[in-house]
Amino acid sequence: MTVKKVLPALGRWLGTFAVALALAGTALAQQPLKIGFGMSLTGPLAGNGKAALIAMEIWKDDVNAKGGILGRKVEFVYYDDQTNPATVPGLYTKLLDVDKVDLVVSGYGTAVIAPAMPLMMQRNLMFMTLFGLNVNSKFNYDRYFQIMPAGPEPAVGWTRGFFEAAMAMNPKPRTIALVGADAEYPHLALEGARVHVKRLGLKVVYDKSYPPNTTDYSPIVRAIQATNPDLVYLASYPPDSAGMVRAVNEVGLKTRMFGGGLVGPQFAALKTALGPLLNGVVNYELYVPELSSKFPFLEEFLKKYQARAAKEGVDPLGYYLPPYAYAMMQVLDQAITATKGLDNAKLAEYMHTHTFDTFVGKVGFAKNGEWSEPRVMMVQYGGIKGNSVDQWKQRGVVTVLDPGPYKTGSVRAPFQDAKN
Amino acid sequence: MSNRVFAVVAFAFALAFAAASQLVPNEYFFTAAYTVLQFVILATAWNILGGYTGYVNFGSAAFFAIGAYSTVVLYNAFKAPLLVMIVTGTLAAGLAGLGLGYLTLRLRGVFFAIASLALSVVLFTFIVNWDYVGGARGAYVLQPREVPFGLPRYIHLLYIVMVLQAAVSLIVARTIEKSTLGRGLAAIRDDELAAECSGVPTLRLKIFSTMVSCALMGMAGTTFPYYLSFIEPSSAFSLSYAVNSIAMPLIGGMMSWIGPLIGAVLLGSVQQLVQVMFSLGAWNLLIVGALLVLFVTLAPNGIMGWVEGWRRQKGR
Amino acid sequence: MEASTALVINAIIAGLLLGGFYAAVSLGISISFGMLDVVNIAHPAFIILGSYVAYIVNDRFGFDPILVSVVLSPLFFALGMALYRIYYICFEKRGQESLRGLAFFFGILFITEVTLVLVFGVDYRMVSSVYGDVTWRAGDIDFPMRLVVPFLVSVAMVVGVQLFLTHTFFGRAVLAVAQDQLALRLMGVNPVRVKELAFALSIATAGVAGAFLIVIQPVQPSIGREYIGLVFAVCVLGGMGSIWGTLIGALVLGIAESFTSTFFGPSWAPAVSFGLLLATLAFRPSGLFGR
Repeated sequence: MTVKKVLPALGRWLGTFAVALALAGTALAQQPLKIGFGMSLTGPLAGNGKAALIAMEIWKDDVNAKGGILGRKVEFVYYDDQTNPATVPGLYTKLLDVDKVDLVVSGYGTAVIAPAMPLMMQRNLMFMTLFGLNVNSKFNYDRYFQIMPAGPEPAVGWTRGFFEAAMAMNPKPRTIALVGADAEYPHLALEGARVHVKRLGLKVVYDKSYPPNTTDYSPIVRAIQATNPDLVYLASYPPDSAGMVRAVNEVGLKTRMFGGGLVGPQFAALKTALGPLLNGVVNYELYVPELSSKFPFLEEFLKKYQARAAKEGVDPLGYYLPPYAYAMMQVLDQAITATKGLDNAKLAEYMHTHTFDTFVGKVGFAKNGEWSEPRVMMVQYGGIKGNSVDQWKQRGVVTVLDPGPYKTGSVRAPFQDAKN
Repeated sequence: MSNRVFAVVAFAFALAFAAASQLVPNEYFFTAAYTVLQFVILATAWNILGGYTGYVNFGSAAFFAIGAYSTVVLYNAFKAPLLVMIVTGTLAAGLAGLGLGYLTLRLRGVFFAIASLALSVVLFTFIVNWDYVGGARGAYVLQPREVPFGLPRYIHLLYIVMVLQAAVSLIVARTIEKSTLGRGLAAIRDDELAAECSGVPTLRLKIFSTMVSCALMGMAGTTFPYYLSFIEPSSAFSLSYAVNSIAMPLIGGMMSWIGPLIGAVLLGSVQQLVQVMFSLGAWNLLIVGALLVLFVTLAPNGIMGWVEGWRRQKGR
Repeated sequence: MEASTALVINAIIAGLLLGGFYAAVSLGISISFGMLDVVNIAHPAFIILGSYVAYIVNDRFGFDPILVSVVLSPLFFALGMALYRIYYICFEKRGQESLRGLAFFFGILFITEVTLVLVFGVDYRMVSSVYGDVTWRAGDIDFPMRLVVPFLVSVAMVVGVQLFLTHTFFGRAVLAVAQDQLALRLMGVNPVRVKELAFALSIATAGVAGAFLIVIQPVQPSIGREYIGLVFAVCVLGGMGSIWGTLIGALVLGIAESFTSTFFGPSWAPAVSFGLLLATLAFRPSGLFGR
């Protein structure tokens, strides 16, 4: 036999071996159910990674308290991916081949989800992911699922609320400035915004991006002001969200509506650091206390989360990522229980055809694995006094503008008036 | 051993190694080995300029990224075969090295070091603003479904390519080291003025070794987009490449080709272990930094320096 | 006033304010690299360390970050002395500073950064100050105090260092070290001691510049890397070892960045400084005000 023949034969043999192992696994139902993942516990996204991990561990405790899944206790095997994509292929092959986990889920964010995709596809694994931005548009993998509520067209769904709220103003706005950081998420959000701009016939008077490590943002805000736009849509990451909001206040930006896609004000750190500077800013959120009556189980979960988060020094509010990290695991739990096993094909099929009751509401998945409907909340901040974190735990500093079922008020404009 | 014999031996060893490892049943071995081999190439390449000539290049990440992004360009343009990508990336990085060397190598060595740092930032900005290669959003480079040569998975192919590239780098490094060229470079390292006075064409030698060194760094990056499937500027320009490609030769020993090899295998494996055994990612850079400082202050000739010293003592 | 005139004036002012901060950041490099020939690429790490010291004190006790940094600058001075001692014994004395010395500082840069990450995590830290959110306005021109205060203190610091170097015996000794160490020895001054103190001074300025940084923008451990290129760009642009050159080089860079960002698109702003650096190295390596 030549090498060419030996290797595939070897591969087939290994394949059968793996199947045999898997069968042996199901026979021993008492063995723990191992779920593996990489998570950013150090590096730029560590804050979010740690928050997600806390939420997932709360889920694990909850599920083990009720007897596990299919009678098996749940165990996690996870590694720190250092927010470095280069570590991901190694970590996931280790999880699958050496640690022999039963299921894998993703870490936080596009950069660490995409590098795991080829492996998942080669092995036909169902892959539940956490906050990837339209990752599947390139892979078109039918066993990919994603829990961030951006909808089947993520860029468009993400930015819709800002434009819904803007077009509800009287008179209707005509011009818009688009600005964002040179990074993956802001570019995607701006792409979505451009779709709406075109649809609504708005005129773009400024459309530029800036490097995320800019020291002084006021020249950018002045250049925007010079074009006198009715609307200013900003897509940014936390450090530049802070920088832009400060600069907007320093320059005294005159426009009717400002904000839309700032990452950062969802977290306690920026909420408290910026405090009253956020008044009048329109931005997206994934949960606010105004809506606690619509999400009956979240309060209880957030209490557990906030207690743990305080100890570990991560985001003390937990409105953004943790509920969705928990919901991601709930989806898995329900799918495994319903299909009575870990068959990846059956799991994926079930997830495509059913809706799931989770802490963040009913979740159904579209063909590409995204939520079947977008549900990003567009809000306006107002009446913030001082820099305490407690005002954010109560109602009163946030107005939900969109989507309709969650609306608690309309946008206040122009921006400078909304600041008071 | 003559250069030709060494080359044959190195290739035979590489092929045997690559073939034998196909028997390893778990794929983790291949991904881990890929990362370590990446460092072997980078460290060997860095040492051709840094160790032999004494010029510090802080821009390893930039040249690595040139290799990676030339693959992205060729992938987007016409899905060129992997071999074409490897050759193009190597040449592109070599050209960039030639340009940088031509501009700055006439000055004192430290200006070259600073310029290499600056080059990383300029190239990073350029890539971030270049939409054709994905810009700040990053680009997807998908592994083909069909794996050539009857290999079971694409990672096996990438791994074999990496083994061969490492062999090529080592052969190049050793050939330069043992040639007249290598002696010229060593003369520059020891006393550039004296070398110039005794007729060594210092500028041309420096530029040549910069070009070769940078080309090999580019080569190391050419398969990286396939390895990750998704490449974005911050992972291609990761400072981990810059710090590792300096630390590894310094720790292994800079005087010969074997030092960077030892340093890279050692440090690369330690980093893999730290990551998966103890899940302590943050400690990785600290370990590399601490080892780097410890070695340069206490053992300036690295591990090979110890070995030499021990041998000499034994010989007496 | 015409909107575009106001835009130009604002761009100049923003550039000057930014440049003042850049001058503070680069002052230390101008001393250590420009005068002492110590290529301290770990300089930005000490700036970040300065930011965290200011942050800790501000967070615990609410003192003004810049005041804190000035009061605590002797700590950084002492740190600088210790660091130079190690550097001298291990590298300068052995004549290995060019390659291994560089690698040494590179290692220090990483150790400092990673230690900060392990202790404080990677979250962005901010300080509160009485002037942080205040802006003066004169017609269409505005002066955010967040930038004006660091600018004023920074210029004062640069002028102070320049006067110190030209008007005291020790200062002249530092300038002499840069030119002729042997002559200095013959005059009975120990050049190593002089370099040690001057290097310590450079680290002390880094500590103060760190406080400016955290007043101006939120800080996390790894943003120091962004400044490595910048400080050397300013130092080389202004001419090695010239303090006035550093100030002017920093202001030129600040204005160039501000104009690029206002009129051309902010994406290209970082490339401006490095483009200038590469061009300077290629065509006029002695800098604008070099000897």
